[in-house]
Amino acid sequence: MSIARYWREIPQRYNLIGTKCGSCGRVYFPPKAICPVCRRKSIGKMEEYKLKGTGTVETYTIIHTPPPHFEGEEPYAIALIKMDEGCYLVGEIVDCDFEEIHIGMKVEACFRRIEEDGTRGAIQYGYKFRKAE
Amino acid sequence: MREVAVIGSGVTKFGELWEKSLADLVAEAGITAIMDAGIDGTDIDAMYIGGMSAGRFVGQEHLGALAAEVSGLSEMHIPSTRVEAACASGGLALHSGYLAVASGAYDTVVVGGAEKMTDVAGKEATNILASAASREWEAFFGATFPGLYALMARYHMHKYGTTPEQLASVAVKNHHNGSMNPNAQYRREITVEEVLNSTMVADPLHLLDCSPITDGAAAVIITSLDKAKEFTDDPVKIRASAQASDSISLAGRSRFDALPATIEAAKRAYKQAGIEPSDIDFAEVHDCFTIAEIMAIEDLGFFKKGEGGKASEEGLTALDGEIPINTSGGLKSKGHPVGATGIAQIHELLLQLRGKADKRQIEKAEIGLAHNVGGSGGTAVIHILEAI
Ligand SMILES: [Zn+2]
Repeated sequence: MSIARYWREIPQRYNLIGTKCGSCGRVYFPPKAICPVCRRKSIGKMEEYKLKGTGTVETYTIIHTPPPHFEGEEPYAIALIKMDEGCYLVGEIVDCDFEEIHIGMKVEACFRRIEEDGTRGAIQYGYKFRKAE
Repeated sequence: MREVAVIGSGVTKFGELWEKSLADLVAEAGITAIMDAGIDGTDIDAMYIGGMSAGRFVGQEHLGALAAEVSGLSEMHIPSTRVEAACASGGLALHSGYLAVASGAYDTVVVGGAEKMTDVAGKEATNILASAASREWEAFFGATFPGLYALMARYHMHKYGTTPEQLASVAVKNHHNGSMNPNAQYRREITVEEVLNSTMVADPLHLLDCSPITDGAAAVIITSLDKAKEFTDDPVKIRASAQASDSISLAGRSRFDALPATIEAAKRAYKQAGIEPSDIDFAEVHDCFTIAEIMAIEDLGFFKKGEGGKASEEGLTALDGEIPINTSGGLKSKGHPVGATGIAQIHELLLQLRGKADKRQIEKAEIGLAHNVGGSGGTAVIHILEAI
């Protein structure tokens, strides 16, 4: 079964738009409707916030057994990245030898094709990361 | 709240059971448990069944009614409810049944768990399991389920110096225990070298660091402690039943060297039982990957954070160790039919507490703990059982 078939368009995926809590200032990605720290106090105060796109590799793995929509891409690197704004996200690291990838490596977001849905031909885009200069 | 006891249990063989359907497995486990407890259909007030994704594995939803039909209980119209929390579905079904009995709403309840995973191809099974993680923010970007645990494994290795050999020692120990379990899927002993030489799935996790894809079912019968004595001379008391939830996605958690849901559920369980981690004689923990067992024995308070790998390598969790972990063979060797796992863990606790674990019987088995996890840590369920 194709995963892509039922994906809505999620603009936050390629714009890296999260939310900032107007009460405590914490930044969340993916966007949250409510701040888990401030809860009630944050209602109506969650503002859109565009991440700078820079962060640090917190941990990483090289995937050798891919899911259907990544078949043929293996091996590829997936990292848990701490964004400079303090939130974490999971994404692929591209344009980089696996040997170069390490915990603490500075990375920046770039926007790439994630997958193509064979039936509809719709191309899904999203963020990936590369080594920051 | 009143006290609750387990009075019987049953499991099917775990493995690739081509000749058996999901319904066959549910019926077999349920009937075995009912016979073991010595109860009759008229004694049963309700049923709970844990299952992760029968809809995608075999195209069958509505497991509550399915369980009622195949156990011969449909004409009595006994209420039967399906519970889902990915790989923690079984444990959560027991927590639900426990609350129903403890509250006094029901007296005697059958709690089962089942998954029939090998009717689809291995790749499709892996894809279905990935639905335990966040589709939108993890799976979409190429993170697999082993990949998420690999991220935690690398983090743990970096922070505490945990080694691939220490990870492998968990699999070796569990296969040793499983070799003595007639119901286990893989009864073959393995070595550290075999684990390290097996195919890399998600670096640093090899194929033999991962639990397999399995068909199987398990069931237990619970009732109020007062009533338990009417049915059996050998009831086992549930000292604690606790659940904690967390963000479904790994990136949404507060830390990556532990499962915060496990730490919180453990805190609640120890408080309910009025005991400390050192009071636990043995445990079945959720070793879906070797790193998961290492984090679990730390998060449950058996070893200090960061020392789980060393403890495993030194044999402290072996059958004759300080605290035997996964005497059944764990998910790794016994197999991991996701919905059944949480109940199969309780079955093993019952065997040990009743002194019926045969070759793998440990010496001191008075208080046992079962730890069941959903996804990469979005749900944790803990039960503490005591022989009385
Ligand atoms: Zn806030």
